[in-house]
Amino acid sequence: MIERKHGTVGRYTPAARANHWLNAIILILLALSGMSLFHPALFFLTDLFGGGTWTRILHPWMGVALVLTFSGLFFRFWRYNSWAREDSLWMKHIGDVVAKHDENIPEVGRYNAGQKILFWGMTILILVLAASGVVMWDARFGQFFTIEQKRLAAVIHATAAVATIGLWIVHVYAAIWVKGTVRAMTQGSVTGGWAWKHHRKWLREEVAKEPR
Amino acid sequence: MSTMQSLDVTRRSATTRPSPSVRETEEVAKLIDISKCIGCKACQAACYEWNDLRDEIGVHVGVYDNPHDLTENSWTLMRFTEVEEEEGKLEWLIRKDGCMHCADPGCLKACPAPGAIVQYSNGIVDFISENCIGCGYCVKGCPFNIPRISKKDQKAYKCTLCSDRVSVGLEPACAKACPTQAISFGTKSDMVEFAQTRIADLNERGYDKAGLYDPPGVGGTHVMYVLQHADRPELYAGLPKDPKISPLVEAWKGAAKPLALVGLGLTALFGFLHYVTGGPNEVEETDEEQAKKTIDERGDGRGGR
Repeated sequence: MIERKHGTVGRYTPAARANHWLNAIILILLALSGMSLFHPALFFLTDLFGGGTWTRILHPWMGVALVLTFSGLFFRFWRYNSWAREDSLWMKHIGDVVAKHDENIPEVGRYNAGQKILFWGMTILILVLAASGVVMWDARFGQFFTIEQKRLAAVIHATAAVATIGLWIVHVYAAIWVKGTVRAMTQGSVTGGWAWKHHRKWLREEVAKEPR
Repeated sequence: MSTMQSLDVTRRSATTRPSPSVRETEEVAKLIDISKCIGCKACQAACYEWNDLRDEIGVHVGVYDNPHDLTENSWTLMRFTEVEEEEGKLEWLIRKDGCMHCADPGCLKACPAPGAIVQYSNGIVDFISENCIGCGYCVKGCPFNIPRISKKDQKAYKCTLCSDRVSVGLEPACAKACPTQAISFGTKSDMVEFAQTRIADLNERGYDKAGLYDPPGVGGTHVMYVLQHADRPELYAGLPKDPKISPLVEAWKGAAKPLALVGLGLTALFGFLHYVTGGPNEVEETDEEQAKKTIDERGDGRGGR
């Protein structure tokens, strides 16, 4: 939605923002508690959660919460994240994106290919983390799985968690690097210039929706 | 569970630096001679007695094993197997199951809680329950399926090899109670030597495959068996032939972890350097003008680049 007075374009509703930030808080808590049990050097992080035993108890419940908050994000945004032909082209020009050679980058819609990869990457990884997490959740589901299945789940869980944190770092960095992005998630809108520069096709679509 | 001095700890779970190691004690071992075992369960009773534990009264399921499995209260268990190696020659193999006290303990490697599992310089692997967080990783690490998680407190339990008794010069309670001396206890080298005399005796009696079970895949164990059929340990209620820490556990707990952390650190560092060398990606004034034009025209917006 275009707000002519300020020249801004609406990007996220208040509900979407709340959903995103709840998801973000839980994801960060999960990463901290998970990493505390991942490597001895990070065990001190269990103090943030009331010690090792509390960390072990809370981590899987936070996982349940993440599945809920991320489901919200998924159903809000999945339809904007289907892969289009220009996305493959955009990926070919990823070097130009990183080097800020905007003139070589194809126009993109609401989300660029990188954002779509984040969306689907997070979707798949969170599914994998949830499934392997259930197998590792000894206190609740220990009796339903064999030791060998639990071993495999532990390897998968750790690998997927590292990939998730890696994706998260890229996501956060992109938001910091591309100035004017964060306000989309804090105020709900972006400037027209931001939309023109980074999501020109989306801006045109939004403009076209406006009454003449 | 133990009261041994920290000076005697050689390995400690979730600890990357060496433990105090100036003092070295002699390695001990328990030798269980299965050919001498009569299945009286005195060792089980002695274990309950010394550790002041009782298991729940169970139900009979048609086998002699009682309880049916190791539990958080039953740290040792006689497992009975009937085999007919030769036609008409029934053998009743009775193996006293429990922690093997591996030289390379999978439980200790898998444990994420610092100091929840320790290995003393005498070879005993002990769970320090107050540090246990109840995650069950030790169960995944163990190649012998020994640790059990209590439903009551969600902590892991297993045989301590009576570390409290051994530290004051006593033998484990099960060895003390065994009426046929099927369980011996002493230094590991003495026990290996003693086992050889037993094996020679068994060889003489026709068990030409008799041998010592001290599996090298886990660096040897501090609980060893004399087996009549050492070539087929699986006969003894599924004793693994070549136990090793699962490659999955090694992958999960091995070098991949610190490498993954370094990788994540480098990703963040790369981002930081990208920012401070190339600067942020900022919207220019011309972008705002173009946007304004597009919005105002409400047209096709193709007013130029």
